[in-house]
Amino acid sequence: MNNWKNFTKGIIKENPVFALLLGMCPTLGVTTSAINGLGMGLATAFVLVLSNIAISSVKNFVPDKVRIPVFVVIIASFVTIVQLLMEAYIPALYDSLGLFIPLIVVNCIVLGRAEAFAAKNTIFSSMIDGLGMGVGFTFALTLLGAVRELLGSYSLFGYKFIETDGILVFVLAPGAFFGLGYLIALIRKLSKKS
Amino acid sequence: MEYILIIIGAIFVNNIVLTQFLGICPFLGVSTKVKTAIGMGGAVIFVMTLSTIVTWLVMKYILIKFNIEFMQTIAYILVIAALVQMVEIILKKISPPLYQALGVFLPLITTNCTILGVAIMVIQNDFNLLTSVVFAIGMSLGFMLALVIFAGIREHMDKLPIPKGMKGVPAALVVAGILALAFMGFSGLV
Amino acid sequence: MAKKESTFLNMTLTLFIITAVAAVALAYVYKLTETPISEAKAKKLQTAISVVVPGAENGEITIDTVPSPDGSGNLEFYTIKVNGEIIGTAVKSFTNSGFGGHMAVMVGFDQDGKIIDSNVLEHQETPGLGDKTNKSVSSWNDQFKGKDPQNENIKVKKDGGVIDAITAATISSRAYSDAVQRAHSAFMVHNEKMNKEDVNTGGTISNTESAVTN
Repeated sequence: MNNWKNFTKGIIKENPVFALLLGMCPTLGVTTSAINGLGMGLATAFVLVLSNIAISSVKNFVPDKVRIPVFVVIIASFVTIVQLLMEAYIPALYDSLGLFIPLIVVNCIVLGRAEAFAAKNTIFSSMIDGLGMGVGFTFALTLLGAVRELLGSYSLFGYKFIETDGILVFVLAPGAFFGLGYLIALIRKLSKKS
Repeated sequence: MEYILIIIGAIFVNNIVLTQFLGICPFLGVSTKVKTAIGMGGAVIFVMTLSTIVTWLVMKYILIKFNIEFMQTIAYILVIAALVQMVEIILKKISPPLYQALGVFLPLITTNCTILGVAIMVIQNDFNLLTSVVFAIGMSLGFMLALVIFAGIREHMDKLPIPKGMKGVPAALVVAGILALAFMGFSGLV
Repeated sequence: MAKKESTFLNMTLTLFIITAVAAVALAYVYKLTETPISEAKAKKLQTAISVVVPGAENGEITIDTVPSPDGSGNLEFYTIKVNGEIIGTAVKSFTNSGFGGHMAVMVGFDQDGKIIDSNVLEHQETPGLGDKTNKSVSSWNDQFKGKDPQNENIKVKKDGGVIDAITAATISSRAYSDAVQRAHSAFMVHNEKMNKEDVNTGGTISNTESAVTN
């Protein structure tokens, strides 16, 4: 039960994007389509889970003062692994996410969870926490990507509904800000009611 | 002339915050007052220029030489973290007034993705050292410009009647969107 | 277990061990993915080439780097041979005058310098407007097919050429034409040099850098 709560808190109540407002750069930068959002979310979730596991398993051997550098090295290693694997096996997605993959290192969610959760909890619950946060982040990115793709090019996951140009502004830079702004407002409204 | 074009392009056409979506966290977090926005912007200009030079040298003379380019991310983030610490210590010693102005922002800068982002960008674009420095200066000026304009708008927004659900971050994001729309007018300039 | 104390030795040792473990792990993954990454890159290049020179997927590709005649940078030449016969040359050209700056365009030429086909490779043009230069978005660049830049002025009609610009994206169309023009002038200079060398050295290609065989 406790683990279940631990898992679900990242998806809705403490959703990294909609509630904690962390990791905004990739959220705005890659969500021109649902598939990009999904890919970026999964890559981040992968790093989150693995670095949470690694950090909680070494936490007792690491002196306090070098804690942060050690965490950063661990996170950067997993990011590089993801980067190499994506470049090798899904080059198309790798190309469209570009700079934002190495920048997972400085995504506040990853270091934030390492510091706030994995450094204090057991390996198993850290893994669950990483998983929950990862799913929450993926959900947020996919949702925003889907909204922007739907409005901006009248398609979803590359499947086109209407054969004309969409409301272009939504696939452009300003659309990212508008989309996220209204989405956060909407989610606030909905979560207040329930 | 070439360098002027790079700077103008980096500030207006490819503004790092409004078109490339880097440094959004400080953009939304720090920019509620013009004064703090200027402080943050100054610290970023300083650190970004310095770290671009150091990481460029690390890439060319260590990573490429030993054929370990895959260590780029780790090496860069460690170099940037160490550099920020060093700047903090040195600034405290030699220029207390400057430290007072920029000091509080320095710890926040390590996780500011503009620094790492620009360091990687100059390698991807295959710039030489001088071009990299000019590019970094332009990009950080663009960051500061976006931050200051945004802070100026937000200072006035506090006095406006905004629907409850939109208060705070959602309204700020919509304003950022309008600002991004305005900056789109610069594309095609260079 | 109690936390380790932050002594100097402890700290250096921990950092060193963690970094060493990370480096070894990364070196291993790097080795593991090295071949798939270079294969993925080669495949991407081959796909891009066969779009502008159909049949290239079964050919042997020779890569050259040729400086642009106007001194603005280097162009990549991919000469495709099928059964020893050259079926065309794909030229990776560029322009810096796009709406978003840099734009890379691949142009396929036959032996006489006529355009077989062309497509945009990298660009930062506006989605929905300038990105119509891409084949996957619109059929705009089909009008370049079969044109001979020696007889036809590859410029948008507004500039006195023969190319119909994309509506509301004249700058992108102009940039694309510029890249095609650059590819063609480099191709003609290169071709002439190659023909001369053929006569002088009896048909060996001297400045070949590497060859991709499939």
